[in-house]
This record gives sequence, C-alpha cells and structure tokens, in this order.
Amino acid sequence: MSAVHRARGAVFGLETAAAWLLGLLWVLPLVYAFWAAFHPGEFSTRFVLTAPLTLDNFAKAWAAAPFARYFVNTVLLVTTVLAAQLVLVTLAAYAFARFEFPGRNLLFALVLVQLMIMPDVLIVENYRTMSALGLKDTILAIGLPYMASAFGIFLLRQTFKTIPRELDEAARVEGCSPLQVLWKVYVPLARPVYLAYALVSVSYHWNNFLWPLIITNSVESRPLTVGLQVFASTDQGIDWSIITAATLLTSGPLLVAFLLFQRQFVQSFMRAGIK
Amino acid sequence: MTRQMQWLYGWLLVLPAAALLALFTHYPAIATAWHSFHSTPKGARPAVFVGGDNYRLLVDDPIFWQSLTNNLWYALGTIPASIGLALLMATWVNGRLPGRGFLRLAFFTPTILPMIAVANIWLFFYTPEYGLLEQITKGLGFASHNWLGSKGSALGALMVVAVWKEAGFFMIFYLAALQSMSPNLAEAAAIEGASRWYFFRRVTFPLLMPTTLFVLVNAVINAFRMVDHVVVMTRGGPDNATELLLYYIYEIGFRFWDTAYAAVLTMVLLAILGTVALAQFWFIGRRVHYQ
Repeated sequence: MSAVHRARGAVFGLETAAAWLLGLLWVLPLVYAFWAAFHPGEFSTRFVLTAPLTLDNFAKAWAAAPFARYFVNTVLLVTTVLAAQLVLVTLAAYAFARFEFPGRNLLFALVLVQLMIMPDVLIVENYRTMSALGLKDTILAIGLPYMASAFGIFLLRQTFKTIPRELDEAARVEGCSPLQVLWKVYVPLARPVYLAYALVSVSYHWNNFLWPLIITNSVESRPLTVGLQVFASTDQGIDWSIITAATLLTSGPLLVAFLLFQRQFVQSFMRAGIK
Repeated sequence: MTRQMQWLYGWLLVLPAAALLALFTHYPAIATAWHSFHSTPKGARPAVFVGGDNYRLLVDDPIFWQSLTNNLWYALGTIPASIGLALLMATWVNGRLPGRGFLRLAFFTPTILPMIAVANIWLFFYTPEYGLLEQITKGLGFASHNWLGSKGSALGALMVVAVWKEAGFFMIFYLAALQSMSPNLAEAAAIEGASRWYFFRRVTFPLLMPTTLFVLVNAVINAFRMVDHVVVMTRGGPDNATELLLYYIYEIGFRFWDTAYAAVLTMVLLAILGTVALAQFWFIGRRVHYQ
C-alpha cells in the first residue's frame, strides 16, 4: 500500500516539476523583454543582478515616435468597432433567434461564411472597395470590414435562444414593442455574454496588424501595432532596449488590464468558446 | 403580431449586419473570382478578360508552390504541437498542482499580446551573437547559428513563436470543457481501479472530441491567416524559406501592385478555407448520426 502511495507521490512530484518547467519556459521570453526594457542598453544581454533599473528606454521610445497619437488612434478604433458590433450583432441575433421570416436559414448560413473567410484574407478586394469609397487611410476603414461580426451574431443568437419565451410574452402583454422587449428582457439577461464578447473583440482589434498596415498611410490613422512596426523597422540604428520598451508600451494597457482582471478574462474567453 | 409584421421585423433587424457582410465578405469573395480572370489594369489600360492566363502563371510560379508547401509544413508543425501542449496545460491547470494560478497566467499571457509585439521580442531572442538563445547555446558549447537567417531553421523558428502564442489560447477551451465534466466519472473510475492514463484515453479524451474539433478548425484557420510575425521577423526570406501564402498575397498585391495575380492567389486561399469548412460540416454531420 505505502509503495503504491510512494509511487503516486513520485509521479505527482515529477508532473509538478514538468509543469513548472514548461511554465518557466513560457514566461522566459517575457521576462527577458522586461529585463531589456527596464535596464540600460549595455545590460540588455548581460544578466547582472546589480544592473541599475531605469525608465530611460521608455522615455526615449516615447520621444522617438508619435506613440501618443497611435494610442489615441487605437482607442478610437477599438471603441468604434465595439460600439458598432454591439448594435449590429444584437439586432441580427434577435432576428435570427426569435423571428420567423422567409430566407432566415439561408441568411444565417451566409452570415456563418464569415467564420471561415474572415476579412483578414480579403485584403486585396477590400482595399479596392475602400479606395472606391474614398475611405483609404481612415480609422473607419480599418474597422468597417469587422463591424458585422459573424462570431458575435452566432454567440448572441445561441444566448437569446436560451431565454424563456414566457418572459418575452409577459413583456409583450404589458404593451412592449419588439425593440423594447429586446432592450428590457434580452439585453440585460445576456450581460455576461456581452462582457465576454467585448473582451475578445477589444483584444482582437487592439492586436490586429496586417489590414491596418495596408489601409493606413499616415500618423493620423495608424494604430499602435502599425506604429510599432514602422518605428522598429525604419530606425535600424536604434538599440534593442528601446525597441523592447516600445513593444511593452504597445501591449501595456491590455497586459495591465489582463493582470488586474485575470479571472474575468479567462472566464470570458471560455464562455466565448463554448457554443 | 401578424405574420407579415414578423417578416418585416426579421428582415429589418438583419438588414444592417447583412449589408455590411455582403459588402465586405461576400462581394469581395465573388470579386476575387471575377478579377482572377482579368488582367491587372495599368495606367490608362483597363483590365481585359484573359481567361485562364493568370492561373497558368500560377502553375508555373515556383514561389507560389514554395509558399504553399511552406504553409502546409507550417500548419503540420504548429497545429499538433499547439493542440497537444494546450491539452497538457489544461490538464495541469485543472488539477491540484501547487502554483497553478501562476501556471495559468504563464500559459495564457502570450495570447493577449499583439503578434507584432511578440514577434519583436522573439526577434531579439533569436538575434545572432548576442540574443538570449545564442547565449544559452554558446554557454552549452554549441557553434553560433543564425536561426532566422538560414534557410534550414527560419520556418521552424517562426513555428516556435506561433506555438508559444497559440497554445495558451487553446488551453482555455480545453479547460472550460474539463471543468464542465462531472467529477463522478473520475471517482467511479478510481473505484474500479483504472489508471489515470487509461481514464484519460478511454473517457476524458473522447468526451473532449467536440472541443478538439473546434480548436482544430481554429488552428487551421490561424495557420493560414496569421502572417504578422513573417512581416516582422523574416519578410519571407531567406530565399523564400518563410514565404507563407497570405504573406505572398500581400507582397504581390501591395508591393508589386499586381492585383490580378493577387486575386488568383487569394482564390487558392479561399479554396483551402472552403475545404476546411466543408470538412467540418461533414464531420459534425457524421457525428450527429452516431448519437
């Protein structure tokens, strides 16, 4: 009996060690980035515990490129995209969940096409469309292709379908119009799903790169990701400590938000995944 | 509410989203097909119908074939590794290991960072001579190696970055599935004397199949959709060793401005994604029959 226990204990110990090894391996690149960003350039590859800490790299990065403007652009981008998504997705999901109309199934299938063929791969034609609309090099053009989100419509439709019809009917009896029912019954009950969707959407658009790179061309419209790339690739003479500092700067707000609301983040991503 | 009112409400509610989807998903997909049979307009010369000429060009283009094979190797290398690691991570984080809060944080953090930032960090990591990796290998007595600069290792180096970024994301879905599983199953198995490996193989893993399918589809899409790290780390080089399909489309479309040829390349990408979608429906349809 005790031999079995000891064997089990050994296996458990081994597993713990392996898990920790993988965990440490996983944080290593990040720890390395933090080290380089918070120490003077000459220590960026020399790991001496007595190396002095400094914020100099951040100050230099901030001064070398219009990061303040990029921050404003990114914040504008994620908020407009999210606001438009919430409205469009809510209306469409409500229709698909609770109304009978000809062509419903066909339309829903057409919506789902976007789950596979995302705007990310249709860059050439969407660039052509944006040129024709005269929207090139605007923040609106970055967000527009993503505003009708198939993922959001699908997620909310599933949620709305679980809400008992009795609640819906009770509100109708009291004289609510369909839109009032949506606002007073469906939206409040789906709040956790909205939060989950919002977190996924914000982190997606904060991090998006290829389409913004293509469609923007000036400081006035570039989001942080594109700004970081322009900064890191044009100034080849700049040392790594400053580039690393700029890198952390770009992901900073999202990283801090994540560390503060870790549980909500993880639960939101989980919720968005179970469909 | 009358039937007609139901119809009207349904259509009006769907209209805004449907219009945007039509403009930025359905129209561009169809326009890609249309433009793939035409020439690229140049200056005053408008596009003319050229039949299958662009497709013949595609068949004879060695860089296209290389980008396609690269992408397939990239998918083959990253998908099983990130899914396997995700499953392992989820099992550990779901268990009773000491410090699992830290582990969850460590595994998930790469997910919320922009790929562009991640790629910059790893670029530093891989730098010849004084990058961290070089320092470790030199310390162990190995010869210096330019990971991103040599044909043999550049694609592999990118794959490592992708796995590092993605595994934690997929872990979340496995974790959600594991947490919704009844603990009675494990208790019953323990009473019956089943080993943990046997239990995992015969009970847990089959129950995780829907999650695995969901994760697999996402992983395949990501393997063809995510090229941010190529832009930062290698720009398709050295000697096209890291040319991925979407990055090649980007180069043809926005460096050489050959929109017709970019349309043909996009058709290939759409065909791949369409096949994944059909395979998924076929698989789900078959599974429903079994139940």
